[in-house]
Amino acid sequence: MRREKIRALAPLEQPRSAEELRVRQLRARDLLRGDLEGEDLEKHVEDSVLATSLEKVLNWGRSNAIFPATFGLACCAIEMMSIVSPRYDIARFGAEAMRASPRQADMLILSGRVSIKMAPVVRRLYDQMLEPKWVIAMGACSSSGGMFANYAVVQGADKFMPVDIHVPGCPPRPEALLYGFNKLQRMIRGNPDPGWRTRHNAAGTEEWAREEAIVAGGMEEYERARQIALEAPDA
Amino acid sequence: MPDAPGLELIAQELNDAHAGAVIETYHEHEQACLIVDPGQVLAVLGWLRDTPGEEYRFLASLHAADYLPAEPRFGVHYELLNMHRVERLRVRAAVADPGDGELPELDSAVELFPTAEFQEREVYDFFGIVFRGHPDLRRILMPEEYVGWPLRRDFPVGGEPVIFTHNERQVPRWYE
Repeated sequence: MRREKIRALAPLEQPRSAEELRVRQLRARDLLRGDLEGEDLEKHVEDSVLATSLEKVLNWGRSNAIFPATFGLACCAIEMMSIVSPRYDIARFGAEAMRASPRQADMLILSGRVSIKMAPVVRRLYDQMLEPKWVIAMGACSSSGGMFANYAVVQGADKFMPVDIHVPGCPPRPEALLYGFNKLQRMIRGNPDPGWRTRHNAAGTEEWAREEAIVAGGMEEYERARQIALEAPDA
Repeated sequence: MPDAPGLELIAQELNDAHAGAVIETYHEHEQACLIVDPGQVLAVLGWLRDTPGEEYRFLASLHAADYLPAEPRFGVHYELLNMHRVERLRVRAAVADPGDGELPELDSAVELFPTAEFQEREVYDFFGIVFRGHPDLRRILMPEEYVGWPLRRDFPVGGEPVIFTHNERQVPRWYE
């Protein structure tokens, strides 16, 4: 029932018989030759072209080709490692390419408690990642401090960086992390930027953006110095 | 391990060498401990290290404890070890809290036992006990700009109050 509904909605219909398939194949051949005209051409376009917006295709691609950073903080990292194993297999969702450098990664999984000495390091790693980037806070500790209500641990990683998905658990099972990852994919397909980055003052913190700002600032200074030099009387 | 009479002998000889150095002794759970005057702790450690027949040459550990509300409040523990006889002896310097936000002070044992350097930094880091004569006394585990002495008993536990359904009414406007 549900499948039929989906099929009715889909613009690309399956050929109902072998004859129809043959007709389509011949039409496609004619198109390639440049022989297709008029009603046949219209029918061919109707059969084979799916209209969508570029944004949607882009986000669909992004959500299915995420490179997570190889990054573990504590015991949750053990559970995180097993999502790449054949048993759980995050490759089903296209995120099996763990990147050892933040510059190549799209997603950071905060797997464990963040101590106050580690927080600046984590933030720096996040800033080094290229846009678009996403963060999953895995487990109770990185979401809220968890059982470590003490002087050494940051009470929730979203105090110092934007977090897109919180996965509860202590530690969460790999299935839970995969579910959180699926939620993230759905989020990326819907609206890739919920505005949290601006709230956490993390927009424009990428190093290239910073360098551009420095260059712009440098130009201003240069212009000011030039003006002073031009206005000064000759010695 | 010096047994209880052996510990008393050591305490007596120490008091003969340095008057008033040993305040108290105790021998519990097969552990021997000398509680000493913090002003003479270096003399005691040096005597235990160098006197023939004692020769506790190895400082196995240096750590502190906060005994609040006991007075004197802090104890700095030196765990000494004689490697030949495999005998352990604990020396506890009973350090009082000067109060008024001032930090308690104690002589540094780095001259006698170089291994004390990092351990004294750790004690300073967590209890705020200043070691006079330490070559480089700064925080070792906490961030250097950290304020407070987190392992003191009057240091707040920290964290954030957790709202459960049974106590959400006791925390006004928790949802903000």
